[in-house]
This record gives sequence, C-alpha cells and structure tokens, in this order.
Amino acid sequence: MRITVDRSKCTALGVCESLAPELFEVQEDGSLIILNERPEGSLCSAAREAVEGCPTEALRIEED
Amino acid sequence: MEKDGLVVVGASLAGLRAVESARRLGYSGRITLIGAEEHLPYDRPPLSKEFLASGEPVDPVFRAERALREELGVDLRLGRYATGLDCRQRVVRLGDEEVSYSALVIATGAQARTLPDTAGLRGVHALRTLDDARSVREALDAGARTVIVGAGFIGSEVASAARKRGLPVTLVEAATVPLTRSVGSEMGGLLAELHRRQGVDLRLGAGVQRIDGSGSAESVVLTNGAEIPADLVVVGIGAAPCTGWLEGSGIDLDPRDKGVLCDSTLAVNAPGVYAAGDVCHWISDLFRGRLRLEHWTSAAEQGSLAARNALSLDDAKPYDTVPYFWSDWYDSRIQFVGEPHADDIQVVDKEWEDGKLLALYRKADRLVAALTVNRPTLIMKLRRMIASRASWQEAVEFAEEKVRN
Repeated sequence: MRITVDRSKCTALGVCESLAPELFEVQEDGSLIILNERPEGSLCSAAREAVEGCPTEALRIEED
Repeated sequence: MEKDGLVVVGASLAGLRAVESARRLGYSGRITLIGAEEHLPYDRPPLSKEFLASGEPVDPVFRAERALREELGVDLRLGRYATGLDCRQRVVRLGDEEVSYSALVIATGAQARTLPDTAGLRGVHALRTLDDARSVREALDAGARTVIVGAGFIGSEVASAARKRGLPVTLVEAATVPLTRSVGSEMGGLLAELHRRQGVDLRLGAGVQRIDGSGSAESVVLTNGAEIPADLVVVGIGAAPCTGWLEGSGIDLDPRDKGVLCDSTLAVNAPGVYAAGDVCHWISDLFRGRLRLEHWTSAAEQGSLAARNALSLDDAKPYDTVPYFWSDWYDSRIQFVGEPHADDIQVVDKEWEDGKLLALYRKADRLVAALTVNRPTLIMKLRRMIASRASWQEAVEFAEEKVRN
C-alpha cells in the first residue's frame, strides 16, 4: 500500500500522528510529514485507522 | 412494520460513522439512517470556521446521496424526527410510522441552547446547524454589526470570522473568565487576550437582559444597562443532548443533562441499544469515571464502535480516548488534549508575543491534559503520553526539552 496526503485538505490536526506515530508527524510549521509512505505488516492497519480518523479526509491509501 | 436490522437515529458524524463501519465490517442486513434535518450528513467544525469566510463557501456535506443509498445501501430517512422508542417491541417511532430494529444506535446529538424570548426575532441565531451557518454567513456578507453571546469556542470562532471581514464585534460573556470548564480559568483568561488583540470589544461578567428590535434584532441590552447596537446576534451558550424522544422509554438518562447513560462498551440499559456522540455518557477507564464529550473525534470513533458492538460483529470492545478538540481563532490554532480538571497547571512555554503557548495539566502525579496554541508538533505526543498514563515528571521533562530545541 501507499499513503498519500492531499495538502489542500490537510490542516495538521494531528489525529493521524496520534493513531500512527510511526507513520506521521506534524511539524512545527503545521505541515504534515509522512515518515513511511509504504508501510508493511502491522503498520498497515495503523495506516488504515489513521486514514479513517482524518477529520478533513486528507489522507488516502492506494493499494498496490 | 418493516423488517428489522440496524437502525441509527441521528444522521450527523456519529450516525454516518455507524453505518459506514457496519458495512466495512461486512454487515449485509438492512440499515436505516434517520435524520431530523433535511440535509445529507454534513461536517460541523467548518460551519463556524471556513464556512463563514468571505468568498465561495466550502461544502460541508460528507457523502453524496447516491453513495449513501446505493454504495452503502442505506435506507435514508431525512427530515424525520424520532418521536419514541419501545425497547420491548424493539421499535423506533417516527410519528405514526414504526421502524423495527435488531440493533439500534442512538446518535441524536445535542441542540443549541437559546436565550428566552428571542424566538422569531430575525438576526438572532445559534450556530449548530447548516441552516444556522447559512443565516450567519448571509448576515456577515451584509456587513452586520455583530454581537456574540457566549465566549466559548463557537462564539470565539464566529468572532474571529467576523473580525477577519473587518466587522465590528462585541463578545459578551456571563462568566468573569471564559472557557473555565474547557481549559480552566487561568488559561481561559489567557486565550481571551487573543480577542482583545484583534480589536474585539470583550465584555466579561456581563449577562444579557434582552434583545431589542421590532421584527429583527436592533440592539442587545446587558444586565448592567449597556446597550449594544446589533444587526446579527449569535448565541453560543452551549448545547443540550437531544433525548426528549427517549422519555418514558426506560432508557437511563443522566439526571442533570438528560444524556444517555452507557457502560464502557457504549451499551445502554436495553438489549441491542448503544449510543454514540454528543448524547453519550460512557465510563472511561483512563479517567476513572463517566465522561460526555461534544468533540469531533469522539463522535466519529464512538459511532463506529457503537455499530460494531451493537451488531456483535466481534467481541464487545470498550471505548476509551484521550479527549481532543481544536479551535481556530484568527491566526491561532488552539489544541487541547485530556481532561481539564487538574490540581495544577504549568506553563512550559509562553512565547505569547509570538502567539505560542504550551501548558501541562497535573492531577496527583499524572499528566492529565495539555493545551497548545500554535505548537502543532507537540500536542499529539502529549496525547499519547496521557494515554499511556505518563508521570508528571516525565511529561514536564519531555516538554521542556522539546521547547528548548
């Protein structure tokens, strides 16, 4: 899978980081960094939770 | 009478997440979603934020009607009020009609409190629904002199939107310090400074005597006699759970606010019935007691879990969370995690001239909450520390080190 973020929708609310800190981190300037765009194993379910939890629906998963 | 299945009463965020989660987990039975408003389910946080900005309004609707009816296979009943519940017969009443259920999720949310004797006066609005937000937006477009009653988060966001448009704003608050219940009095006082810096006329400790006007609002008269001219009055004095339809049903309601009492799995005291969102009092293990939240994230999570547990799609799972809310005022992103009833609050960082703040909340020897303003990289790390029951010392050391770097 591959995680993508729509920067026009993301406002750095941080729910993704809270659910999957291995994959996401909000920066001090309010931008979001995806630490690992292609998670594997148990991180895949954390990624799905983060995508579902995003209040602005800015995150997506593209399945390979 | 219709075939039973999952019935969700309340078509806002929690209700929508309930039906989405049921389908995602493979439930193939009948799903009925009942909403009191005519609108498709929509997102509320933007209504007091970007929806009020000048220019094209954002569209807050979550899903197209086709996606709900055809892709999710939901029997959508909009503009329909639930009027009663019979837990023994397992039916929800919509006036004369009855909808039977095998599993029920109560997600009727809360409705805005109003000021007495203002019904029918044009220009006086709450800000809870899409219709409210459209009316407020229209008044701002017309350049309204704006008076806001209640300096809570909704009122503060409306003040921000009106000031961004350059309109005169008076913010009236009955308490001497705003936001005491949400963030504590010390921090409430600090946040109020953001309004003053932006030229808002902030009146604290001021009650509203009446709103004058013939047909539409002309002025707000305060209990101290002051009279403030107004074309738009936005009333943001809190919300109360919508549970009138449950009276007499045997469902346990909180004696004070009439919210629905649930156990830790969001189950209500009737078979197959669960609750989610603003109506729901549940038992939090993390904070050792009952909580009721009016937050976006908990409504979404509870909606999803309530449907899962109601349909017994897996072993019943308890709900718990570190409460999280955010609010956008002017150029400040305010974020709060945790439970604000603290023994002590420590300000770790107050670059207040630059608009930044980090405060930690201690109860006994634990970190129980954190407040940040324009410090988005720290807040979720602190949220995780609260979830893992981090000690106060550990939290302070972490925060001080992060602020230094």
